[in-house]
Amino acid sequence: MSKKTTHRSSAFPHRHLLGIEGLQPPHINYLLDLADEAVEVSRQVEKQKAVLRGRTQINLFFEASTRTQSSFELAGKRLGADVMNMSVSTSSVKKGETLIDTAATLNAMRPDLLVVRHHAAGAVHLLARKVGCAVVNAGDGPHEHPTQALLDALTIRRHKGTLGGLTVAICGDIRHSRVARSNIILLSNMGARVRVIAPSTLLPSGIHSMGVEVFTDMREGLKGCDIVMMLRLQRERMSGAFVPSVREYFRYHGLDSEKLSYAKPDALVMHPGPMNRGVEISAEVADGPQSLIREQVEMGVAIRMAVLEALAQNLPDNH
Amino acid sequence: MYKNVNPLVLTNARIIDPANNVDEAGAVIVQDGTILAAGAEALNQGAPDGAKTVDCHGAVVAPGLIDMGVSVGEPGAEHRETLESASRAAAVGGVTTILTSPNTDPVIDDPALVDFMLRRARDTAIVNVHPMAALTKGLAGKDMSEIGLLKEAGAIAFSNDRLPITNSSVLVRLLTYARDFDALVVHQAQDKDLAGSGVMNAGLRASWLGLGGIPREAEFVAIERDMRLVAMAKGKYHARLISCPQSAEAIQKAKNDGLNVTAGISINHLTLNENDIGPYRTFHKMSPPLRTEDDRQAMVKALADGTIDIIMSDHNPQDVETKRHPFAEAEYGALGLETMLGAGMRLVLNEDISLSKLLATMTCNPADRLGLPAGRLSKGAPADLIVFDPQKPWIVEKDKIRSRSKNTPFEDETLTGRVLTTIVAGGILDHDAI
Repeated sequence: MSKKTTHRSSAFPHRHLLGIEGLQPPHINYLLDLADEAVEVSRQVEKQKAVLRGRTQINLFFEASTRTQSSFELAGKRLGADVMNMSVSTSSVKKGETLIDTAATLNAMRPDLLVVRHHAAGAVHLLARKVGCAVVNAGDGPHEHPTQALLDALTIRRHKGTLGGLTVAICGDIRHSRVARSNIILLSNMGARVRVIAPSTLLPSGIHSMGVEVFTDMREGLKGCDIVMMLRLQRERMSGAFVPSVREYFRYHGLDSEKLSYAKPDALVMHPGPMNRGVEISAEVADGPQSLIREQVEMGVAIRMAVLEALAQNLPDNH
Repeated sequence: MYKNVNPLVLTNARIIDPANNVDEAGAVIVQDGTILAAGAEALNQGAPDGAKTVDCHGAVVAPGLIDMGVSVGEPGAEHRETLESASRAAAVGGVTTILTSPNTDPVIDDPALVDFMLRRARDTAIVNVHPMAALTKGLAGKDMSEIGLLKEAGAIAFSNDRLPITNSSVLVRLLTYARDFDALVVHQAQDKDLAGSGVMNAGLRASWLGLGGIPREAEFVAIERDMRLVAMAKGKYHARLISCPQSAEAIQKAKNDGLNVTAGISINHLTLNENDIGPYRTFHKMSPPLRTEDDRQAMVKALADGTIDIIMSDHNPQDVETKRHPFAEAEYGALGLETMLGAGMRLVLNEDISLSKLLATMTCNPADRLGLPAGRLSKGAPADLIVFDPQKPWIVEKDKIRSRSKNTPFEDETLTGRVLTTIVAGGILDHDAI
């Protein structure tokens, strides 16, 4: 075990990427710099790098996600890894195998990189303790989604030059959002001013102590913002449990051009996808000139290449 | 129906304006639908040009009453009551503003229905009408209603009517969500399981009558829960109707703790007790049930000391089909609009509370809770007024009830204190023509 430690790069001294929590600003900047290079690679005709040649990457998705899974898959392949996708429907989890058993089974296949999405907060941490390879959290319940926060940061940095000093509003279902948690940590650490805007029923308890400004009125919250990040509202939360209806939610918390006009004129709009048009965002804004939503998808592949590369540098040369 | 006299001066009156701590001989000047001046010095500048003067002969002039609990039957049960008939009943009872309950068919849980109520009221009602909207869709106690859109449409408060929200998680989310819109949550607290199949106050009377009892605990356990939930959600809460001293204690404690809480009571629970049920009088079947005389006295005390803020009529028109049944099978509810003030005078004549205090609980207290400018005689306030003779006795005669239903618990009883004239937005309503 100690031998592995000596392998770790000082630029990114982490064996896993389980969350944004624990990453220092230099580590984040290092990943963003690597990702900038990955963007260049991805824009060439020849998109292959060899840094993961011979390595095996398993994408283990206990929760369906076309977008994130394909993004990780492409990232791995562009770095030369052998990538295998395992989704819950084809795994033995349905047959009653526990998470630990699944981990042990996978571990025996000797992967180098394991990308995990799970519906339960903390599941990825548990798995990381039981396997010998590097683990990337691709979203664990409402806890963290570090590569999303990193790709958001990359997108912002490429447009605004820096994260420090920006005012960023995160809007919508903060309570249930792993994207919100990872972004709050990352943006605060990088010196941005973070606001959250949501109906009170969609704010997690303790939000006032999370180092963010809290708003329940969207126009008020958007005043002077540089970045507006919208969150997806899950369908089961739209009909009375947390908010009364889609039309009421859109009226008070959906981003349309009228509400967006309260932010800075050059404010940029982001959304982790998949979008509910007419629920949290109007089609006009989603497809408008201030929207970075498509670009976020491109940055997603780049940041995942950066994360895989950084972790691979810390892998032992042999098992 | 309205006599429009502008400007109007009411002289030789006892002006009682609890909001401004006024109880003195004087006059009121009304111009363009609002109060220009009221009190002993109102006429110091003289009457406005062209004003018509009405001599009140020493009668009380007070703000018109605001009733937070009125079932109107419209839409859906127009044979029992309509906005029009309820507003006539209100006018003769001195009630110039009614809050309608959302317990109609369909339930008022859609902005278009709030709009319907406002339009119908504008076209047919002779007093001010503010619809309350349902707190949960269909009053089912599960999914929150569109509090923002309903409020924008004109809903003044949100109530689940007499139906308690048993799911604490639903109630705490409602209180939390309503906070974003500064919306008032009006809740009838009751533990349904404890209430069981009871139909009157649990105790000796119920046992002798062979009727199922609803214990006080069914109410105050739920009120105590609600207070904890209000603290958790930092919500704005009005206990619709409390009926036992333990509930009042819980409310008082919550107020002492700084929670945004008020409490209401129906005139019935202040003036009647379970003995009035006598031989199964279904007009006295109410929810929550009439309690014992000790409870009633304790509630009067809680009103006097300010624990209870608001008296409402809990006007609930029921017809023969719903009331002429064995007690356990009959509907709950009683009329109240026409008798609220006269019944309330019993407390004044018994020297339990002052007339000014009684009027406060029916005028400025509800107005303040609801953010209405009415309920006071301040300059610029709407000229909703009553001229009222607190000594005049009258008999509650079934044939003279303006409501379409006749289920009054005061039938053939003598009440002291009669509204002589009702003025809404400066227009005089002639009681004989109503």
